[in-house]
Amino acid sequence: MKLYIYIFVMAGVSYLIRALPMTVLRKPIRSRFIQSFLFYVPYVTLAVMTFPAILDATQSQVSGLAALLVGLAAAWLGADLFKTAVTCCAVVFVLEWFIH
Amino acid sequence: MQQEKLRDSRQVFLEGMKDGIPIGLGYFAVSFSLGILAKNVGLSPFQAALMSLLNNASAGEYMGLTMMAAGASYMEMTLATLITNARYLLMSCAMSQRMDPEGPFYHRLFMAFDITDELFGITIARPGYLCPRYMYGAMVVSIPCWALGTALGTLAGSLLPLRLVSAFSVALYGMFIAIFIPPARKEKVIAGLVALSFAASFALSRLPVVSDLSDGTRTIILTVAISAGAAALFPRKEDTP
Repeated sequence: MKLYIYIFVMAGVSYLIRALPMTVLRKPIRSRFIQSFLFYVPYVTLAVMTFPAILDATQSQVSGLAALLVGLAAAWLGADLFKTAVTCCAVVFVLEWFIH
Repeated sequence: MQQEKLRDSRQVFLEGMKDGIPIGLGYFAVSFSLGILAKNVGLSPFQAALMSLLNNASAGEYMGLTMMAAGASYMEMTLATLITNARYLLMSCAMSQRMDPEGPFYHRLFMAFDITDELFGITIARPGYLCPRYMYGAMVVSIPCWALGTALGTLAGSLLPLRLVSAFSVALYGMFIAIFIPPARKEKVIAGLVALSFAASFALSRLPVVSDLSDGTRTIILTVAISAGAAALFPRKEDTP
């Protein structure tokens, strides 16, 4: 039951965030600080959530670290979302073949 | 005339579906890894699919699952979802400026449901007023992929060999990387913020006392602190989104 409440809390908040500006706000946000803050938030959140969590997602920290480095390189060289994700998976798959 | 209009709107819907296919495939791989995590937290395949169907947010759901695992309060869950999905607020603002003012209001309610990085990207990339039917076409393809991938990840996570699960579980991080690296490549400030976030996140996860906080709480604290610092030190120019 608690899990369902969690899920509905998440869903409600997610929808409100998306629907409120679309329906209520018809003018652009003026505050430069809030604009800048909102601009930086996604990148900072994702970076914080990626490291060091990726090290503990795999069976060995070495393969997690390798996936991180190769993923960073792939994205830097222009790989899109799907390609980067698949590349990271492939690195772990191949490396853990040798480790275990 | 009426006939022609009908055919046009069907054409636009089909275009949306077509562009939704590569997005749906990407969603499938990523949501599969989300499903593996959901299974570890204790969600059933149905609960996992329901979560994905109602949320449509990779980072937001990931954060939600870590909060569930930590047994967070509903207030913490609300705050965590708010922070992780804050970027959709910005996208929704941008979209609101591009809606046909004459168009029916209910389009805003339906389109808002699936504002994601990818659908926002393809919808706003088209010239002129935003086309609800185009976005609906993409939604019809990508939403089921997202929910189905999550459910299958939860189901198959325990059937697959450990090494395969291990490999799939980095898909999510790969996607995160692919979102923050392109802008980091363009702007030194963002590259610096990514490096700082890595370092601070690592430090907080290893330091005594602070490391006892849940992953979700640490993420909120770091996100607010670093983003606010950056906004104060490096405010964006007026015209950048």
